[in-house]
Amino acid sequence: MGEALLNQKAVFEGLAQNVAIQALRAAHPDAITNAKFDRGELTLVIAADQIRAACRTLQTAGYNFLEDVTCVDWYPAEPRFQVTYHILSHKLKERVRLHAMLGSMDPSIDSITPVWPSANYYEREVWDLFGVRFHGHPSLRRIMLPEEWEGHPLRKDYPVEGYR
Amino acid sequence: MADQLENPHAPEIPGFVETATLVKPRPEEGTKDHTMVLNMGPQHPSTHGVLRVVLEIDGETVVKLVPDIGYLHTGIEKTCEAKFWQQVVPLTDRIDYLCPMTNNLAFCLAGEKLLQLEIPERAQWMRVLLNELTRLNSHLVWLGTHAMDIGALTVFLYTFREREEILRIFEHLSGQRMMTSYFRIGGLALEPPLDFFDSVQALVKVLPEKIDEYENLLTGNPIFINRLKGVGYLSPADAVALGVTGPPMRASGVDWDLRRDMPYTGYEKFKFEVPTSTDGDVWARYIVRLREMRESVKICQQALDGMPEGPIKADAPHVVLPDREKMKTQMEALIYHFKIVTEGFQVPAGEVYLAVESPRGEMGYYAVSDGTAKPYRVHMRNPSFATLQALETMCVGRLIADVVAVIGSIDIVLGEIDR
Repeated sequence: MGEALLNQKAVFEGLAQNVAIQALRAAHPDAITNAKFDRGELTLVIAADQIRAACRTLQTAGYNFLEDVTCVDWYPAEPRFQVTYHILSHKLKERVRLHAMLGSMDPSIDSITPVWPSANYYEREVWDLFGVRFHGHPSLRRIMLPEEWEGHPLRKDYPVEGYR
Repeated sequence: MADQLENPHAPEIPGFVETATLVKPRPEEGTKDHTMVLNMGPQHPSTHGVLRVVLEIDGETVVKLVPDIGYLHTGIEKTCEAKFWQQVVPLTDRIDYLCPMTNNLAFCLAGEKLLQLEIPERAQWMRVLLNELTRLNSHLVWLGTHAMDIGALTVFLYTFREREEILRIFEHLSGQRMMTSYFRIGGLALEPPLDFFDSVQALVKVLPEKIDEYENLLTGNPIFINRLKGVGYLSPADAVALGVTGPPMRASGVDWDLRRDMPYTGYEKFKFEVPTSTDGDVWARYIVRLREMRESVKICQQALDGMPEGPIKADAPHVVLPDREKMKTQMEALIYHFKIVTEGFQVPAGEVYLAVESPRGEMGYYAVSDGTAKPYRVHMRNPSFATLQALETMCVGRLIADVVAVIGSIDIVLGEIDR
């Protein structure tokens, strides 16, 4: 599994040969704002406004398969929402995780459906359950809950048993 | 006909869009209109649960297709956040009720990775054996229901005969037929019963000829071939772009299997082939799954032959419940038992994503811990959810009857789509 590398400098030094880091640093020098290598998994924090460009760069670098898009709510901390992307490379047999941090006021980020059409449902799910909007999504509607539902249940300030 | 597009019960809220109107906007007054909207499900027998598909059709040809899901949404991810880590295991069964062991395994592996536990060899081999039995179980249900959708009713009775045997083994092992919850973070729940291996051996021995039997009924059947060949084509590029995994992806020619390419729980010790096809149609998916069943039988046989002796739980008393015998005789064991049951165990802060190959594709668990005894966030990446996005690509331009064949061939489970 290897030693955990917990800050950006250590990751850049320890994983200098990593394809994802190399490609991202070459194409967008200021996109990676933090990095972590823990339990054998690489996490890169990407500036939220560059997420689509970063995903496109990764796709050209051989990370061809988008596995998952989800979100974590760090309420009451700011920035509150951590949109998480898991991207897999079939060729390198490697996975990279991207984080994009969003504030609690009108959380929104660029949709990556132009890069991977499969992000469509995942992003609808994140919108439905967390209330994070995705710019440029072809049809951002609720997917699990009824259209008339109020609130976004996976937010931490939403009670587990619902509002009564 | 245009009247049926307006839902009289639609609540008047801003932003509300009825799926039917989304499929096709109401035509202008006086214009010629060739197509109509057809609603399939959520109670349609061939949608394998409560999938609703809204079709726009021109005669018998599908012009547009929009799946409407969420009828089974129970908020499992939210519930997980309110439970102890070990209490999440029974919830994971309920996500995909056809492969409970795979769900258990993915979650337990994620927890073990966070805790950095070493799992004993015997537990790992048992996990492989049970996962392959689960895969057989799931593929048997798929084969029976898929053939039934096409109109071959007999196969269903044959496949459920063997499935019953597998469920009996599960019941004998864990006390439950479907919601087994047999894996724990740190190993297995119980030592397998004495005659467990004999009954699995007896089953594994007869399964190849049973699979021949299904093939006799279907593979040479001209009606079955005509309904399946060339239907629901999915190109390899589309499969990757739309997030399709598992047998449908391999049937489209993408050679990727997590068991072989990113091995977990000791799969690297087993020899098996990953069947692929380049045809990308419903027939290719049928052939790939049947060959996968044969490979699963081989893996089961290898697991039975090489099953190591030893403990079934990790040496981590603060995580793993002690044996009953120790609990009754040793004070420390009793204290650990009490603490785990009442307070749970603390999992170091961090995040992991762990993916396993379920019968339907890549099942990933993304678990975030904040250092307490309850998970901060558990997210399931379910194969059916992503595969459903490819349904429109596969069905447009084909007949309505082909939609039924395609839905059967991607083998969706609505429990895991809606969660």
